[in-house]
Amino acid sequence: MKVPRCKGTKDLMPLDMALFRRIENVFTTSCVKWGYKEVRTPTLEYLHLFTSAGTLTPEMLGRVYSFLDWDGWSGERVVLRPDGTIPIARMYAETMSESGLAKLFYVENLFAFDSTGHESRERWECGVELIGDTGISGDVELIMLALETLAKLGINDVEVRLSHAGLIRELLDEVGSAELLQKLIDGKKDAINELKSVNTDLAKKLSLIFGVNGKNKGYLDNLRAIFPTLSATFDDLSNVTQLLEAAGLNYNLQLASGLGFEYYTGTIFQLYYKGKKLGGGGRYDELIPLVGDGPTPASGFALYVGHIMQIVQPIKPADASAKRILIKPSGTDADSMKGCYGLADSLRKKDYIVELELCCRDEDGYSWIITGDKEFSLTENTTGKQQKGLSGAQVIKCLEASL
Amino acid sequence: MKLKLALPKGWLQGSTSELLERIGFAFDEYHEKSRSYRPLSKKFPDLFIKVFHEKDIAIQVAMGNYDLGICGFDWVDELLSKYPSDAVLKLRNLGYGHGNIYVATSKLSNITLDDLKSGDDVVRIVTQYPNLAEAYALKQRFRRFKVLPVLGAAEVYPPENAELAILAETSEDELRERGMVLLDTIGMTDAFLIANRDSLEKKNLSALLTPLLDATLKEINLSVPSKKAVSTTWGPLEPGTVRLALPDGHQQKHTIGFLERAGIRMNGYQQGNPVCRPDIGIDGVVVKVVRPQDMPLQVANDNFDLAITGQDWLRDHLVQFPSSPVHQLLDMSYGKIRLLAVVHNDVPVNSLEELKEMMVSGKLTRIRVASEYINIADKYARDNHLAPYSIVPTWGASESFLPEDADLLIENAETGATLLKNNLKIIDQLMETTPCVIGNKNNVAKRDKIAQVMEILKKGL
Repeated sequence: MKVPRCKGTKDLMPLDMALFRRIENVFTTSCVKWGYKEVRTPTLEYLHLFTSAGTLTPEMLGRVYSFLDWDGWSGERVVLRPDGTIPIARMYAETMSESGLAKLFYVENLFAFDSTGHESRERWECGVELIGDTGISGDVELIMLALETLAKLGINDVEVRLSHAGLIRELLDEVGSAELLQKLIDGKKDAINELKSVNTDLAKKLSLIFGVNGKNKGYLDNLRAIFPTLSATFDDLSNVTQLLEAAGLNYNLQLASGLGFEYYTGTIFQLYYKGKKLGGGGRYDELIPLVGDGPTPASGFALYVGHIMQIVQPIKPADASAKRILIKPSGTDADSMKGCYGLADSLRKKDYIVELELCCRDEDGYSWIITGDKEFSLTENTTGKQQKGLSGAQVIKCLEASL
Repeated sequence: MKLKLALPKGWLQGSTSELLERIGFAFDEYHEKSRSYRPLSKKFPDLFIKVFHEKDIAIQVAMGNYDLGICGFDWVDELLSKYPSDAVLKLRNLGYGHGNIYVATSKLSNITLDDLKSGDDVVRIVTQYPNLAEAYALKQRFRRFKVLPVLGAAEVYPPENAELAILAETSEDELRERGMVLLDTIGMTDAFLIANRDSLEKKNLSALLTPLLDATLKEINLSVPSKKAVSTTWGPLEPGTVRLALPDGHQQKHTIGFLERAGIRMNGYQQGNPVCRPDIGIDGVVVKVVRPQDMPLQVANDNFDLAITGQDWLRDHLVQFPSSPVHQLLDMSYGKIRLLAVVHNDVPVNSLEELKEMMVSGKLTRIRVASEYINIADKYARDNHLAPYSIVPTWGASESFLPEDADLLIENAETGATLLKNNLKIIDQLMETTPCVIGNKNNVAKRDKIAQVMEILKKGL
């Protein structure tokens, strides 16, 4: 009986992994060039890391994989990491807070239950966290780094949707009811209608703001005309747009895109390509204090590997087939194999991809076939041209001469 | 197509039986004292009826094993709060079993929900409804919380052993009588008629639904016996006081005998007596009466120093938490029972190996293992390489699960007579178990006082 994989999970096959590694390598290389360092947090964390107000929403917490560990008699539950940023904040507070500015990146898997069948219950993210008092220039650096990574993967014309958690809170300041406020912040569909019955004027203004998208600073001026009391948060967003323009980057101001934020406090950005969300991030100045450290501003982003894999094509290394060799030992006894092991080792050290024939298999896909044990025959697979009676050293010489 | 109906045992059984008799079911045996789990209805001779603990009914209907069921709304909520599903449809409040699920604290603790939400301390929630409790704690955004699941008597834990209890009571007055203060109401316990969605869409259930949904039913005034226990409180304890947990239920009679042999005359620990915190008459020792199943976890959490439970429940706890500090201090050596693996007599096997062969030959695709001992059953299935298997947790009336709703049952038996009566046969024995006194290895501070109490208890051997 074949045992199927767990519901809601996905196997990454060789081609998938080639794609995955390409994305990971491009991301990692970009991060290193911008001065970031790689970290990895544990897959298991305490549930209470994620239950503090201002970390994950109850809706998200309702989908985490939590359980009692083998020593969990006290009722302390652990979870499979449902979010990448919060564990990094925990790690920073626990071990790095003395080090000042931290520029960190990670490639990690996250777990959340999904009953729709559209999303995998395990997803991978390439994330970056910039912890320290960088101001909005840090937010803009992250947007630039994210866009550069995507561009290196061949994904251009990425739409940057900008919003601002602080500005949303200010706009919603007059709502009054805490419950309705939370519904609006969570982006619940019926929340504006509910607000209409309480504060029609505010509901109209919010409908207008959340329904309109801006493409430049003029939109922000219009916003201030409608809400003249907006304060520093407004300037914050305005400054971000000016820096993005200075970097030559386009953006869409969509305040509604920031609804549903969890721990964000400032700039929120989301990256879309042909309507598909490839990642996003923002400023979370209050998260690190929530996990036990002093006031520490921070911002970050994550790219969704699964979504990017649907767009990017794997690149086959140009010389891979040229360097692919199959060695067919004359026999399977130790004496025959010894010479083949030695030759294979020497060839691998010279960057050839070498396989020993372990069972009968198709010779397609190899550039060269080598047979023998102490003396070898070297056959060029495409032409059938063969050289016989070669020592191991001569085989290597012939191969190098042919390239 | 044969229709299947799941009916409750326990506190809703009397009223459910009365209701169904009034609409003409004419049962052969479905009343509080009946031992049959498969009553027949003369009016619906083709109807397959099975009696479950009401907690199991919501699960059985959700799984599609039964088309209709009657159970408390609390157990439907408990299931759906953890496993949101549209497989269960709530058809009708049947008008009895009134009560609410309350979030409460002890009247001595003087805390509010706002205190708990804004504080950094761990909020300990003791409850029969662990799923509802977790969902509630997440909704309230308690920064840090622990859910302590118990099978009953949640009200005896606060204030010493928990900040909150989430429990079912018929009214706020009853809650107050138990020394509790209401903080929130999160559900109700009313008896509900529930249906499996697929059954409703594909089967003709109208013969059953018509009388059950009849509007005039609401005029029937059914009463449910109220629960008996009344709580008193320990109040503040002197340092070094030994907290002893004594069992309720079946073990109570034997425990009374044991204590009497040890020269202990309990005040308020007679069977059927409603006092949850009786007097043991030993200086520096206080007592609470709780479910033996709950004791190992409570001793591990330092909520009790000593407890009289069974080796079976100690084993179940240690299988789940191998590094738990709970250990046996005294084997009480009476009332030996066996923990057995049993199958229905219709299953043509006499050993576990033969049951596994049925899987190899394809006659069985998955072994469903039912048990109250979830962790022991899980380990037994793992160790014996049953693959694939699923654990069906039960809450009593476990014998009724075979053969329709489980293939293998891990169950305790003193003589095996009940198993025989239910047409079951034993294929393996997991362990022999006797009552025992348990303690916590880390409890160094009270070592001398505990040793004194143990010397007294040993006289009961």
